[in-house]
Amino acid sequence: MTAKLHLDRAHLQGLYRGMLRIRRFEARCVELYQAQAIRGFLHLYDGEEGVAVGVMAALQPQDAVVATYREHGQALARGVPMDRLLAEMLGKVEGSCRGRGGSMHIFDGARRFYGGNAIVGGGLPLAAGLALADARLRPGAVTACFFGEGAVTEGAFHETMNLASIWRLPLLLVCENNLYAMGMPVAEAEAQPSIHRKAEAYRVAAASVDGMDPVEVESAARHAVECVRSGHGPFLLECRTYRFRAHSMFDAQSYRSREEIAQWRERDPLERLRRWMQDNHQITADQFQAIADEVEQELAAALAFAEAGTLEPVEELERFVLMDHVPQEQPQGNAP
Amino acid sequence: MSAAGRISYREACRQAIRQALLDDPRAFLMGEDVARYGGCYAVSKGLLAEFGPARIVDTPLAENGFVGAGIGAALGGLRPIVEVMTCNFSLLALDQIMNNAATIPHMSGGQFAVPLVIRMATGAGRQLAAQHSHSLEGWYAHIPGLKVLAPATVEDARFMLPAAMADPNPVLLFEHIELYAAEDEIRAGLERVDIEQARVRRAGRDLTLATYGGSLPRCLAAAEALAAEGIEAEVVDLRVLRPLDHRTVAASVARTRRCVIVDEGWRSGSLSAELAARLAEDCFYELDAPVRRVCGREVPMPYPAHLEQAALPGADRILAAARGLFARS
Repeated sequence: MTAKLHLDRAHLQGLYRGMLRIRRFEARCVELYQAQAIRGFLHLYDGEEGVAVGVMAALQPQDAVVATYREHGQALARGVPMDRLLAEMLGKVEGSCRGRGGSMHIFDGARRFYGGNAIVGGGLPLAAGLALADARLRPGAVTACFFGEGAVTEGAFHETMNLASIWRLPLLLVCENNLYAMGMPVAEAEAQPSIHRKAEAYRVAAASVDGMDPVEVESAARHAVECVRSGHGPFLLECRTYRFRAHSMFDAQSYRSREEIAQWRERDPLERLRRWMQDNHQITADQFQAIADEVEQELAAALAFAEAGTLEPVEELERFVLMDHVPQEQPQGNAP
Repeated sequence: MSAAGRISYREACRQAIRQALLDDPRAFLMGEDVARYGGCYAVSKGLLAEFGPARIVDTPLAENGFVGAGIGAALGGLRPIVEVMTCNFSLLALDQIMNNAATIPHMSGGQFAVPLVIRMATGAGRQLAAQHSHSLEGWYAHIPGLKVLAPATVEDARFMLPAAMADPNPVLLFEHIELYAAEDEIRAGLERVDIEQARVRRAGRDLTLATYGGSLPRCLAAAEALAAEGIEAEVVDLRVLRPLDHRTVAASVARTRRCVIVDEGWRSGSLSAELAARLAEDCFYELDAPVRRVCGREVPMPYPAHLEQAALPGADRILAAARGLFARS
């Protein structure tokens, strides 16, 4: 089921660094939110970092990514620069979308990152279309579409699974099953709460993996991407994960217990990988510190960049409502 | 490319799609029953045999799914033409049209365009009852980020699509079901029409009839009847419902000083309401009479022919509204 990974130290440290970047970035975002520098909704990813870094490690630059509204981790892991991301959160014109998208709508054309979609399930049909375009214009490219288990009750999921299967689209469907759709528990929302088993009805290959383990996620994702890339059609990868924090900053979490959260915190993907690397002599304390320092420096620089950013002139308000051309950076494909 | 001659609106739509596919290898048509069946209004008949299943793509019944896939395909570099059987079904795809196609260019700060064309049938007149007969183009004309077209003539049916295909934005084409059988001459040598401007279809000095789509023939008929009474009506075909070219209508009204707006959509919150408001803003002091509206009656479209006709803005209602403007002055 899982592909063999070459687990050298640099690679493991890279996974750890990737997760720490997300964890620290979002912790800083909470502070900025409390200081009212970031407004609107803020959906945090902590606890789920292993999914983003594991899946992205299995993708290539020519692949496309469609993300959710909880996409800071997906964006950072895909390579969206932290400073551009933070500037976007602050609504600055230097942001990845000129500040127009904010937390829930991160786009990055150069990295084939197609949102940031705040409609639950809204990215799924888009991803099918991107995969269709890739099949014709960029043979070998894969579209990875992230969505939560809440999206699985939407018609968009079932329509996309069916289209992807009958058209054998190069589509990797990544379900981040964190057990709650806002406050709705998966067992109460889903007639079949084992998400990956839904794939059978669409004759789509599927697997379920421990989303709290980035190595296991990467291994499973590599296998899934290989299947998709080699023309076997779509693959559904269910990543069983958990968000340690509330759904958004407005959530009192009345639907789950402190004990449950505490139990899941025991499986923190960062701590687990850290312990494993220490126990297996893959990293020294100094190296951990060096990674932490490096992330702090990146974050400090990103914050300085974002805070020094400018606000878009109000005169620009109506730009890009209608486009006057298809932007150059929009990937046009390698083949006709 | 185009040969002169008399063709049907349906044939014009078909030729337009065919040309789009010949002109651009990235273009393809997809939708429910567009391939084997030939299109539910027979628009795409024969195209499967000519272009094959990769260019003429049958989709399962999943409007949100395949319209969304069209949007994704446009983002990915293809040039999809998506057919939705009737605009009533497009409501199942409204999420993708509005939350993705119309918003991604702006939300992404201009990083992405969505060069997509969605065609759909609209309107009543065939006794198809409430779930196949509504005119929802006014709703779509409400949404920033979309372009909304209503070809009312054979020429526009033939040449609006190439212009829409060349446009970097999501363009919605509303084809009125009563127009498919209409026939007209196509001028030789024409390649494309603009998709910016309204057009005067009949010149007149006494009254402006502003309309679009399936109501254009009704307005032209009413104008002929009015002419027999000595009232020369100018008929303006809006053509482009978003961005709405109200200036052409205002210029006409400045000449005629009277206006009746004819819109098959429901009156409340309709395109006619928008146009009337703009005329009030732009040319209040040039009007000799209040702007009048003749709209679809505010009912779900009934099945029986007499009730359906009564619900539509027919020539008799247009005539009555036009005459009323003169009775008061």
